[in-house]
Amino acid sequence: MSKGKNGTQATRISSLVLLIIFITLALSLTALILAANAIVNDPVVAGWLILIGFVGVALSTYVILQTRKRVARLRIAIPPITTNIECKKCGFKSVREFQRGDYVFKEVEPCQKCTDKMMITAIFREVKEKDKERYRF
Amino acid sequence: MDMLASVVKFNWTISQNPFGENPLSWILNLLFYGVFIVFIFYGQRIQMYVMIREVEGSLYKLRYMKDEGRKVAIETIKEIGKPQTDPSVRVDRFLEYFTIAPQSLDPAGIVWKLEHILDVRDVRFKDEVKLMAPAADEIQVNNLESTLEVASGLNYIYKVIRHFYLLGKKTLSLYVIMQVQMILPLIMKEAEAYVSALKAFSQGQPIGDGAGAVVAGKLMHGYETKKIPKDCVVATVPIEGRTAFVIKAEGPGGNVGKPGDAIEQVVNENKGKISAIIMIDAAGKLEGEEVGEVADGVGAIIGGPGVDQYKIEESILKYHIPINAVAIKVDIGDAISPMRKEIVDSIDKAIERVKQVILERTKEGDKVIIAGIGNSIGIGQ
Repeated sequence: MSKGKNGTQATRISSLVLLIIFITLALSLTALILAANAIVNDPVVAGWLILIGFVGVALSTYVILQTRKRVARLRIAIPPITTNIECKKCGFKSVREFQRGDYVFKEVEPCQKCTDKMMITAIFREVKEKDKERYRF
Repeated sequence: MDMLASVVKFNWTISQNPFGENPLSWILNLLFYGVFIVFIFYGQRIQMYVMIREVEGSLYKLRYMKDEGRKVAIETIKEIGKPQTDPSVRVDRFLEYFTIAPQSLDPAGIVWKLEHILDVRDVRFKDEVKLMAPAADEIQVNNLESTLEVASGLNYIYKVIRHFYLLGKKTLSLYVIMQVQMILPLIMKEAEAYVSALKAFSQGQPIGDGAGAVVAGKLMHGYETKKIPKDCVVATVPIEGRTAFVIKAEGPGGNVGKPGDAIEQVVNENKGKISAIIMIDAAGKLEGEEVGEVADGVGAIIGGPGVDQYKIEESILKYHIPINAVAIKVDIGDAISPMRKEIVDSIDKAIERVKQVILERTKEGDKVIIAGIGNSIGIGQ
């Protein structure tokens, strides 16, 4: 991670770290290829090369995933905000995206059905079902 | 005899080659012992480095949040306030403002001292925002003040965590870094809630804390309202054959008002002839409870520094007025982020509960006070 002044710079991954990761990955893959060649003549050496290769691949993949996860975590998700508008006279309801200046109990545009004034009855955000945590208790 | 010979041979083998025949087993065993010894002597230090790494990761995130807070505050001031000069310098100064709580060695009269300090702070903040955003109206000033307060909160959280992180690195003390690492998940949750609040305040969207204000607003809507100190409104509403004085903070600007003063005034105006006070507020839920659950009890349900709760308790004690509370359960994150649908859906349930309390605890013709507590941002009346 570079130590930039603002947040966007902080999300960058150091090129040195990336270089080390890719060298480790390349060496690990080489070890796996060598292991494949040596498996018939020298199974003990091949075994060790397989072990080193797999550990190297696993480690470098893990580090890459972790750094990507950190970059993803730094993004701030803004949930969509919904404004509910209702006609008190005929009960006609409409839903739209929140606009600056909206507030609950504000009288807005006339009703499409009875031309009476409509009112904002609620402004809210919806949490998706998958975001809700489910536990046994 | 043969058995004895085999035992001797076995013992000889062990003493001659404790790690086995294979040189790789030697290396592996040495490695194992090496790691074991390293962990005996340096285990705590390794644990500390892991903790420092964890705090460092969160610190990056907190710095991003703090910068985002500053950016949103400046952008909103530029957009709404139309300042002649760049507000960045004033915003940076605002982010560093602090308030010193009154001395509590002699606690007598501390509530009034605290109230005075908070009033001075409030006036200073509002004046500062008016200077930053000259074109903003009263509602926008309130919203901008709330936005700046959230940005200031994020700045403070970042600085405190950075302090412990740097202190931990300098002293290499496990206990310094451990105390911040242990509470880090809760701090991060709070910081994330602040970030959600940032957008809500800058856009003027209702927040979860405003659930009580929505209940009061719904009860008083359509009735004449009167302004009462400080920054509150009251409406006289007939409910179930009783006369209800419905109180809430004046909206739709970001404002919590002083419900303590408002309730005190209504009680005094009616010479204490109030049969019951019912307060409605968003209350912090425990993990496992559903967001928007409605519960009722007794007592003054109000957050903040305690000045308003003290005033309400003083008023009710003077005239022995029963006080009831209706709580709408919200998470810490939901309280200051845009209102969740579950909270909106619980408003009618809370109104029903208020009516139930009125029917059960008062007689027809009685006077009651219904106070919807909470931030009125994005909530009119």
